[in-house]
Amino acid sequence: MAMTLAEKILARASGRDTVAPDEIVVARVDLAMSHENADLVRKSFLEIGAPKVWDPSKIVLIFDHRIPAESEKTATTHKAVREFAAAQGIRHFYDVGRGGICHQVLPENGHVRPGMVLVGTDSHTTTHGAFGAFATGIGATEMAGVWTEGTLWFKVPATLRIEVEGEFRPWISAKDLILYLIGKLGAAGADYRAVEFDGSAIRRMTVASRMVLANLSMEMGAKVAFTPVDDTLLDWLRPLVPEPLERIAPDADAHYERVLRIAAAADLPEPQIACPHAVDNVKPLSALGDVPVQQAVLGSCTNGRLEDLEIAARILAGRQVHPRTRLIVIPASQRIYREAMRLGYLETLVAAGGLIAPPGCGPCVGVHQGIIAAGEACVSSTNRNFIGRMGSKDSKVYLASPAVVAASAVAGRLEHPGSIVKESQPCLAEA
Amino acid sequence: MSGGSLKLRGVVRAVLGDNIDTDIIFPGRYLNITDRELTAEHLFELAYPEIRAAIRPGEFILAGRNFGCGSSREQAAAALKFSGVGAVIAGSFARIFYRNSINLGLPAVIAPEAASACAPGDELEVDLAAGAIRNLTRDRAVAAAKLDPRAVELITAGGLIAYLKHKYAA
Repeated sequence: MAMTLAEKILARASGRDTVAPDEIVVARVDLAMSHENADLVRKSFLEIGAPKVWDPSKIVLIFDHRIPAESEKTATTHKAVREFAAAQGIRHFYDVGRGGICHQVLPENGHVRPGMVLVGTDSHTTTHGAFGAFATGIGATEMAGVWTEGTLWFKVPATLRIEVEGEFRPWISAKDLILYLIGKLGAAGADYRAVEFDGSAIRRMTVASRMVLANLSMEMGAKVAFTPVDDTLLDWLRPLVPEPLERIAPDADAHYERVLRIAAAADLPEPQIACPHAVDNVKPLSALGDVPVQQAVLGSCTNGRLEDLEIAARILAGRQVHPRTRLIVIPASQRIYREAMRLGYLETLVAAGGLIAPPGCGPCVGVHQGIIAAGEACVSSTNRNFIGRMGSKDSKVYLASPAVVAASAVAGRLEHPGSIVKESQPCLAEA
Repeated sequence: MSGGSLKLRGVVRAVLGDNIDTDIIFPGRYLNITDRELTAEHLFELAYPEIRAAIRPGEFILAGRNFGCGSSREQAAAALKFSGVGAVIAGSFARIFYRNSINLGLPAVIAPEAASACAPGDELEVDLAAGAIRNLTRDRAVAAAKLDPRAVELITAGGLIAYLKHKYAA
């Protein structure tokens, strides 16, 4: 029977020849990732009472939500996780200053391969579908079950296929595409579904841009979201992954619940903005009028990668952040931080008045490093704009592409990058 | 955690809309609280503090579609459970929240009409295994999905930890 990518991976992981949507399977887990909430997992695991985790080599722990520890309480949970990792022999542990955002650190360090089943106690674990992994978020207690047994039950998801053809207009990026799709399909538009992205516009994208699509597919409810396993991806992975890499692909005659076709240029004439307080409240930039912003955030598991810092540096080079606006820049990992330093992007961003925060989640989850006050608005390259997400319940977050964030930082209001940089420049780095 | 009952009776505390996200249920700033019992202090803190102040054990929270969308934070389900919520009854649930809820032994009942067929203060009788809700105040039935057998097993055991604990003790 012909299968989609999600079906193929789940069939293999559950020891079956084929699976079909809505079947329940018990799959072996190849990789189990947790961040600070490993402390919750640890507590549940200890309550269950199994003496040792099922396989310490398959567990990866990465601190990113609160680094460096912002309070004594966090310092205490960090310490508890460190001690647990040592006691259980969990070697893949990325402490403060050694990693960065979990969804960047995993692939950068060769932990992710096509065809694997990867679960993480973070909803944006869908990011790793950009590497051909069946990757999804689970809760802490469920993870304690994985640490105990190394398996997890899944309902086989139906698959939504999204084919994007053609070339994007200047200044339009993967972020604009996925915001457009979330607006079109809604916050529950892909609930419980797998998403497969394909088409010429996707295949030309860099791995970093593909990660944006897989990452934000979560915001339309997707269980997993894949981009193609092609030469671009395999060339990216080869230097990092010691194991053989499989060019896994859906069968040509696989059954899709729905196929959506998008024309890159016609459907996306301009940048897309997710307006307060829902990620599916998406509007084209020109529909918003004059929106002053007191803060601009460039970073997160969605958009804190090298190409994001590069486009911001191009827009901010020789310019200054607007006096009413604070620009906070957060490289997604230590590795990206160093590269951006070497390439001069950070120099440019700091010279423009930007503040560089340490690689991690920054203010995205509303804990530290850029909390906003009542009445303030923030334009952000992050992934959620829920009520109170970045601070006061009376603040507003507008989600946008890195280019729009940088342009808005200069203008002090939501702004099209083409109004700041006059020469027409394609925004999307090509693979 | 003690085992949960499959037949519930209680009063509707609140009827909420669609897409109630996990930041609304439990704000991200409190995610370093890793004692499940303490999460209840911050239930709906930013958007609906009046619910937390008023909620009594066994009461139901009703909502529209996609309840629990957003973050994977288990504290969202824990805050509801340890506030004494008897069940969340919603048009649909975001998948991670649904699993978290069942894993913690908090019944999550899918009932597309519930939010429109019930009002705060109504008394409901819920049969989880049969997928039946009766609004006693209005004397009418409200269609609900049956909890699948795996979820019934976990709710009866009192959640995944209790379930696995039993398995490993045996």
